[in-house]
Amino acid sequence: MRHIVIIGNGIAGITAARHIRKSSDDKITVVSSETEHFFSRTALMYVYMGHMKYEHTKPYEDWFWKKNKIDLLNAHVESVDPSQKKLLLSKGDAISYDVLIVATGSKSNKFGWPGQNLKGVQGLYSYQDLVEMEACTKGIKKAVVVGGGLIGVEMAEMLLSRGIEVTFLVRERSFWNNILPSQEADLITRHVRAHHVDLKLETELKEILPDDNGRVKAVVTSSGETIPCQFVGLTVGVSPNVEFLTGSGIEIKRGVLVNEFLETNVSDVYAIGDCVERNYELPGRRNIEQVWYTGRMMGEAVAQTISGKKTKYQPGPWFNSAKFFDIEYQTYGQVGNALGSSDDEFYWEHAEGQKAMHFVWNKDTMKFLGINTFGIRLRHECFDRWLREGRDIKYVIDHLPEANFDPEFFDRHEKEIQKSFSSTNIITA
Amino acid sequence: MRLIRIIGLALFLASFALFLSLFFASEFTLTKEIFSDNVKPEHQESLLPVMESLSGKKFDTSVSFSNALSDAVESVNNEFRQQQQWDKVIYDDYVGTLTKISLTGIVRDQAPLLMILIFGVGALGAFMFIIPKSSLELPGIKNNGIFFHALNNRGWIGVLIGTLLIVFYIFLYFYDAYIVNWIVLVEPLKKWIDPNGSSSQWFLYGFLYTFAVVVMGVRMIIKYRHSRYQIFRTISVMFFQLALAFLLPEILVRLNQPYFDFKNMWPLDYDFFDAWHISMLTTAGGLGIFMFAWGITLFVIGVPVFVYFFGKRWYCSWVCGCGGLAETAGDPFRQLSDKSLKAWKVERWLIHGVLVFAVIMTAAVIYNFITGTSSFLGLDTYNHLRKPYGFFIGAIFSGVVGTGFYPFMGNRVWCRFGCPLAAYLGFVQRFKSRFRITTNGGQCISCGNCSTYCEMGIDVRWYAQRGQNIIRSSCVGCGVCSSVCPRGVLNLEMKDEKGRFGQPVLLGNNVESN
Repeated sequence: MRHIVIIGNGIAGITAARHIRKSSDDKITVVSSETEHFFSRTALMYVYMGHMKYEHTKPYEDWFWKKNKIDLLNAHVESVDPSQKKLLLSKGDAISYDVLIVATGSKSNKFGWPGQNLKGVQGLYSYQDLVEMEACTKGIKKAVVVGGGLIGVEMAEMLLSRGIEVTFLVRERSFWNNILPSQEADLITRHVRAHHVDLKLETELKEILPDDNGRVKAVVTSSGETIPCQFVGLTVGVSPNVEFLTGSGIEIKRGVLVNEFLETNVSDVYAIGDCVERNYELPGRRNIEQVWYTGRMMGEAVAQTISGKKTKYQPGPWFNSAKFFDIEYQTYGQVGNALGSSDDEFYWEHAEGQKAMHFVWNKDTMKFLGINTFGIRLRHECFDRWLREGRDIKYVIDHLPEANFDPEFFDRHEKEIQKSFSSTNIITA
Repeated sequence: MRLIRIIGLALFLASFALFLSLFFASEFTLTKEIFSDNVKPEHQESLLPVMESLSGKKFDTSVSFSNALSDAVESVNNEFRQQQQWDKVIYDDYVGTLTKISLTGIVRDQAPLLMILIFGVGALGAFMFIIPKSSLELPGIKNNGIFFHALNNRGWIGVLIGTLLIVFYIFLYFYDAYIVNWIVLVEPLKKWIDPNGSSSQWFLYGFLYTFAVVVMGVRMIIKYRHSRYQIFRTISVMFFQLALAFLLPEILVRLNQPYFDFKNMWPLDYDFFDAWHISMLTTAGGLGIFMFAWGITLFVIGVPVFVYFFGKRWYCSWVCGCGGLAETAGDPFRQLSDKSLKAWKVERWLIHGVLVFAVIMTAAVIYNFITGTSSFLGLDTYNHLRKPYGFFIGAIFSGVVGTGFYPFMGNRVWCRFGCPLAAYLGFVQRFKSRFRITTNGGQCISCGNCSTYCEMGIDVRWYAQRGQNIIRSSCVGCGVCSSVCPRGVLNLEMKDEKGRFGQPVLLGNNVESN
């Protein structure tokens, strides 16, 4: 019986533990210093907003771990010694492993701004961040959120739910424009503003000013404006949380470098999830993907390998989803923020400006490449299949009604989309 | 807009306070005339000595007055029992009748005005509080602060409302004379619908129930105004409560037809096969016979057919009165249901136990009706089956606990743990139906909104995060899991039965796992 130790109890680590348990009797220990039990990181915002309690964010009841013989160790790993196959814990003790899985996730980026370590300045990633945010925003009136990504818009929504005014500094010319094409970025920008967020585009943070108690008092922007505030959310992305591996002999670049079997350069040491940097390319994908779903899929893959069925990490067609205040977003396949030179596109937006779809395909082969959808739910199963089958754009447009996943009685727009598509695109394929 | 809301809340609270204060508003005096007009001649002799001491005496509350009456009748009955004169024991509800007639004061004199002040102003205030919300917030899921609020998270407001409800239900079922002020309050409405009728605690209850469903139904519609599924469903339960459960039976009575709720059905309607009920329907001419046949058709054919095509939601969250109250007045409490595996186990034992109890009780009642006997398999049907069922299930479980515990255990306590009809509908839904909640590929992020807001305590996430359809006998198809899902993962669908249970599949990966 091997001792499999997993550092990190997020979606990647826990998925690996669960799947290893399904096919082996090895001893499994999950080490985490964040929380005793696995919780859904993506749900932290709802705890702050009062939609849920922390308890509700736990996907499994507390008895689950004992019943499935997954040992939970509440400890912080200081360093790894692969030559001894040992982990050194912060309390001074050590545990040994036969197989190690590093699943330590990310930490929030800070780009060396003056004042970035003041009280009331923070990111939002961990449970501890939530606790700190709760304490730092008690009774305050005004906050500034820096960084136009998903965590930024979530933080703005969280703060507004407590009646705190929000100024949102976004570097791009519209919200999340480094990921979204400008049409969608504009749509979300309008929606964010409709929620009374003071959205300042093409504006960057220059400096955070302290008061006499070492708390944030104001920020200075790239345009020289000083905005008084009592809280600053820094949401300018996350980076792999891998510093503790420095000097261990486990190869790291920005993240822990892994091959297609999620193996590191050291035998019996694997890495999965946010902390991973792939040392090989996958077409159309970044080498570091900090998304819930990739964490889950890596956990599934590595569990197979460790259980004796060597399996490559081979994610299927890309998909993701998010919610910007009231507008849901899903994406399937590849839709970049700028259209590729060999690609063509079709964008449809509903008259009320809260629903949209953006299709991208290859100009020459007509092969469908991807879709962004806003305010209309689409069936993952359909698009996964169509992308794998290499369907062309006409097929996708024709079969769009099949992919609708909106609740009963909702307005259906496929006919309008199809009509609009055929009037703007003459398809000969 | 905020000001309108504050004024609305103030108006509502004022009318609610006025309503509560009426509990103490009247005086009660038993006179010789009332006694001789309302007590049956054969009881007058035995009751006269004990009642005479009360006669002309003024009581300040319905409680003290009805207790005095009750003691008086009881003392007479005790004497009869001691002398073993069983035939003389009085079973008539003189306490309720005499308390209502002996009532004098503002409620008696000003009932129409008070009704307007309480229910007119109350509804106006509630709407002033509810409707402007739509212009203060954009449409969408706005559950902000629910778990910080003293109403929604078992805080002091929740405890207070729960306590009031529990006390009200205990009075309603067991001490109706105590709430006689409110019964008299709604008398004008009863007379308007049926000039020959007289309001009872059940008319009061029906009216308050309908009032709650309509006012809170408007709140539900405003809250979910971005979802047409929720809007249609809410309008449906409001309609069925107002028209079929409340008004139509009253109108039928006015037309000298049997009181009948066309949407209620056995076994929820547990007295449907009581001898008196069968007799009432079958001796009431063509319409009565139709009602009897309709009641049977509903559960024999209606349930399997409709559940097969639509799931049990066609009844539980679109038609049913209990469901109607839960989905409107109960919506603020839906997050309080227990999602643990343990609660699910308790649920299955309890609800199926009640169903078995209901079936045995009904079988006995029908057997006795046909054979003219009064016992079944050695049990005295009335004392061992029918009466305990009415008391423990009909009154305590469905009423006192079922609604009184909204603020403590969520809005579907009865539907989840007790309703025998829900159990029956659930069987069909589990084993023979096209209905399921579909999980959208691999999009679930395990956030837990679906489970948190499932009023039936289903751990929806457990299925969604493993890419599995949700097929649970208890699911009433309210659709709120789908509404609150931030990633568009859940959808209520009716599809071919094939593959309904399917293998859990989480899309996105090329690994065969699970």
